[in-house]
Amino acid sequence: MNDWRYVFSQNRATLLAFVFFVVMFAIYSTNHPAGFSANVVQTAANKGVLLALVAMAQTFVVITAGIDLSVGAMFVLTNCLASWIVVGTAWTAALGVAGVLLTGLACGAVNGLIVIVGRLQPIVATIATGAVFFGLALVLRPTPGGDVYSPLADALTGRVFGVLPASLLALAAVVLIVWVPYRRSIIGRAAYAVGSSEQAAFMSGVPVDLAKFCAYVLSGLAASMAGLFLTFVTYSGEASAANGGTYTLYSIAAVVLGGVSLYGGSGSAIGAIFGALMFRTIGDLLFVFNLDPLWQPLFQGLVLLAAICVGAARLFQVRNRLELFE
Amino acid sequence: MSVRAQAKISDGLLKRVDRPVVIAFACIVALLLVGSLYSRSFLSPEYLLQQLKVASFLGVIATGTMIVILLGQIDLSVPWVVAVGGMMSTAATGWGPAGEALAIPFGIACGVALGLVNGFGVAYLRIPSMIITLAVNAVAQGLMVVHTGGFSPQDSSSPAMRTLATGDLVFGLPNALIVWAVVGAGTIFLLNRTTFGRAVYGIGNRERAAYLSGIDTQRIVLIAFAIAGGLSAFGGVLLAGYASKAAQAMGDAYLLPAIASVVLGGASILGGRGSYFGTIAGVILITLLQSILSVVQMPEAGRQIIYGVVIIAMLLLYGRESRTR
Amino acid sequence: MCGLALVTGMEPRAPLILHMEGVSKRYGGVRALENADLAISTGRIHAILGENGAGKSTLIKILSGVVRPDTGRIVLDGAEVAFDSPAAANRAGIVCIFQELSLVPDLSVADNIAISNPPRRFGLIDRRVQRRIAEDALARAGASDIHPMALVKDLALSRRQMVEIAKALAREPRILILDEATSALTAADVTKVFVVLKRLRDEGLALIYISHRMHEIAELADECTVFRNGSNVASYVAGTKSDDEVVEMMIGRELSHVFPAKPPPPETAATPLIEVKHLNWADRLRDISFHAHAGEVVGLGGLDGQGQRELLLALFGVLRGVTGEIRVSGAPVAPSSPNAAKSAAIGMALIPEDRKTEGLMLPMSLRDNLSFAALERISRRGVIDHARETELVGDMIDLLAIRASGTDIPAGALSGGNQQKVVIAKWLMAEPRIILLNDPTRGIDVATKQEIYQLLRRLADSGAAIIFYTTDYSELIGCCDRALVLYDGAIKRVLVGEDITERALISSALNIADDADDASSRARLQ
Repeated sequence: MNDWRYVFSQNRATLLAFVFFVVMFAIYSTNHPAGFSANVVQTAANKGVLLALVAMAQTFVVITAGIDLSVGAMFVLTNCLASWIVVGTAWTAALGVAGVLLTGLACGAVNGLIVIVGRLQPIVATIATGAVFFGLALVLRPTPGGDVYSPLADALTGRVFGVLPASLLALAAVVLIVWVPYRRSIIGRAAYAVGSSEQAAFMSGVPVDLAKFCAYVLSGLAASMAGLFLTFVTYSGEASAANGGTYTLYSIAAVVLGGVSLYGGSGSAIGAIFGALMFRTIGDLLFVFNLDPLWQPLFQGLVLLAAICVGAARLFQVRNRLELFE
Repeated sequence: MSVRAQAKISDGLLKRVDRPVVIAFACIVALLLVGSLYSRSFLSPEYLLQQLKVASFLGVIATGTMIVILLGQIDLSVPWVVAVGGMMSTAATGWGPAGEALAIPFGIACGVALGLVNGFGVAYLRIPSMIITLAVNAVAQGLMVVHTGGFSPQDSSSPAMRTLATGDLVFGLPNALIVWAVVGAGTIFLLNRTTFGRAVYGIGNRERAAYLSGIDTQRIVLIAFAIAGGLSAFGGVLLAGYASKAAQAMGDAYLLPAIASVVLGGASILGGRGSYFGTIAGVILITLLQSILSVVQMPEAGRQIIYGVVIIAMLLLYGRESRTR
Repeated sequence: MCGLALVTGMEPRAPLILHMEGVSKRYGGVRALENADLAISTGRIHAILGENGAGKSTLIKILSGVVRPDTGRIVLDGAEVAFDSPAAANRAGIVCIFQELSLVPDLSVADNIAISNPPRRFGLIDRRVQRRIAEDALARAGASDIHPMALVKDLALSRRQMVEIAKALAREPRILILDEATSALTAADVTKVFVVLKRLRDEGLALIYISHRMHEIAELADECTVFRNGSNVASYVAGTKSDDEVVEMMIGRELSHVFPAKPPPPETAATPLIEVKHLNWADRLRDISFHAHAGEVVGLGGLDGQGQRELLLALFGVLRGVTGEIRVSGAPVAPSSPNAAKSAAIGMALIPEDRKTEGLMLPMSLRDNLSFAALERISRRGVIDHARETELVGDMIDLLAIRASGTDIPAGALSGGNQQKVVIAKWLMAEPRIILLNDPTRGIDVATKQEIYQLLRRLADSGAAIIFYTTDYSELIGCCDRALVLYDGAIKRVLVGEDITERALISSALNIADDADDASSRARLQ
């Protein structure tokens, strides 16, 4: 009985994100002209899963008190790559998928090496690697184009049992196969320890460098899954700078909305996923209420601003002002 | 010799020039030499002046970015504050003669207002600068989308704006360059000769110690972000003057180069360290790099890759953190 | 038991498990350890005493693998060893419970206890087994009330310390070192912990116990060693030396500290420069009232963590929610920030606890650091007058005899003593009237300490009121006109002039008036 109290308080931020999302989505779908139909949910899911996966990528790194400003670029790069190699027969498409995921891992590894071995600050290092990844994307797709293995694409962007969006099931599968084991692994716990207090982690013999490296590698993996999925949705690859930049910045917003602390050490990818879905739904809410779509970006920005300021309210409890400084 | 006497000799406005600045300027020279192998015109005065003019826009924006980075913070609202500066000043131009006269100050004032929101969030609400500036960026974008109706802005810039950005009144030097020089001189003065500047370096080095030394750290942070907002908007005003009108997403291409310029100039992204001369070098370096890549008709793909590799290489030279253990 | 050993002298010598000889360690210009040695036996609790700066923490850091010694040998089980990390020391069976906790705040108690070597199943952490391990360890430490799933950051400091102890026990140590591990514990916890420690000793564990608290050592220790100025001054069986003798060994009668003469007490009719009435804050400061006249040096004594730091911070405007009255020269003030406390109306200065992170900006130049608290004096309308700055900086360097090769060198390059002088000089440039100092001579070499004592007296003579917290008894005796001993956030005793003696300081710090008082105040603490 007592245990539940702890589970609840530790996952409070994630639960809040979940609740907010459910409320928003309920408002959205009940007011949608087409009603709460499977179609509506499917379209929303497909868009939402993209940002959710990129947000998950960002979460890995943020937990270690780092930041990855190249997630958007990795997303775009793997999208372009997928539009080339995830084609042909089922066998070649499968190989293509593997290739895309490996590329994501490699990109993440590059980030990790530069930050850890090169000892460069993550902000600047990932800005630079992001430029390189984007350049590679442009090499692959100077103009939008390409194709993708349709049976797989249709399956993952379609519906299961006629009702459930396949994308959500795929997302759930990714969470179950990647996130949950990570969280319970030694390396995952090491990541939380490093983000919470690198000094205490070191003194306790936690593998600090390895934890950070794995975080960046997994970030690359998740970003590549997002890129792959984008290819399934759009049936093409496009090296869009706007897209890359937007997704990077939105991933940070989603992570914060999902209750992950930018200072590291707390939060969950599940929270970030709900943060991403929430963020997506905000824009859609306006459409549903017949508000001028012109006002959508402003509304989105104001909601984000409000959410952040509310989160800062806890500082009024601080009694010793020195705690406000590091 | 007593400490005092030694101090009198070694002190002065120009302190020892530090390594990153020297390296950055050396790279500029190296770039020019490499470029001159491709074409002699790389070393011509016309080309150099043109580059300096283009660099001036980035230079003004990077100045604001630098001040915030010196504090140990970051300003990710640059893209749309630049756009706000451009669009609001051009809009004011269309509001009659009074509007036209005040177009430039109005554009800058809008930037300052957004900067104050950033500063308030960071200083008083203790929100991480990365996220509050991101949110302000989104709000600024939202405001501009509403303002322009989603279309390209149709207003034109005032004559004053155009002159400032494109003219060359003094000895044939581009006005934009003079503007940057004035902003730069002001910033050097601010950072080196005022209590504000001293406080900025102190806060960036160790905010806790600055606070305990009786500095009003909150006010300094607020003002710094306000200045950064104003300078970003001013950059937008100049860009609008250059193109005779504003454009959607006109500031997007300036965020990363601004940060890169500051960091390549030797400033630490963690704050507390960096000289404006380094930023000048960084700005010129980035501008030259982009220009050379476009002159040799390097496709965008190659430009991006080289851009990223150069930044990493230079940071590995002098931007590495020391071993903590 | 020990008395018996003394009388018979025939108890077989317990087997030596560890000994150190000739160990030295220097930090810059400061000798932390000088040819130190130590002999530890199994089945014994060995207490180490010494004032701050005597070398105890350095000794412990070397034993537990956090730092390497410059010279000397460590012999464990007859073989020489060298540890290059805490993990290596742990593997050898040496586990240390540090004063700065090594717990990760955002992880649960169970995660923290099993952090180094968690139980695994299919490659993932087996939470069920981990929880059992945690529960066992907590029970062994006598802290079964702590829930293994609670997050460390949500626990009170005393609970966290119990978790730290449990974590150490879970590692199955052969030598357990406790470095001031009970400083934050309640009296009830301390009793439980002692039961545990004695049981472990009886099971054959070797324990090294570092503490300032004489009564704890009396209750717990089998053997004691006193450290002073980096060396082992004496080792003896517990109970064979009186408190006075021990204090003498700790402080050292051949005092190299020379304290300046104290003036006669000021006329009490004059308005105090600073007067504090009924100051309260959270539950860390309770109804504090005192005053200080211009020309007075008032010391704050007592054990670490009894509210001395908080009092200074409260006066300086750093704490929020302080109730009570503060008057400066008779006028009521309420500083809400250091900026306000520094202002001309109040004129306070605080030399903070940690000069490296709170007093200085290490990468900035000596000159920049020196003028940082007095920017108004060297500027006109915000613009710095470099000539004036150079002049004032030069004055301060001369006044405090700061040894540096130039004013442009970074403050981080100075020795500890010089760094502290810079912090003091920085504040003196602001011409304060009330000077608060938070343990100013910690980790400073003896020569610089003397200079600081002289300076404080000179400042007092020129009209300032000085309030300073120190953990060094000799400073309280030698420097202060009055000493306020704090216990549990309240002023336990005020000692004036000749009454400031080690005996009085130690007994009021430990809250020992006499046995009856002792028991009732202990009961009050629970």
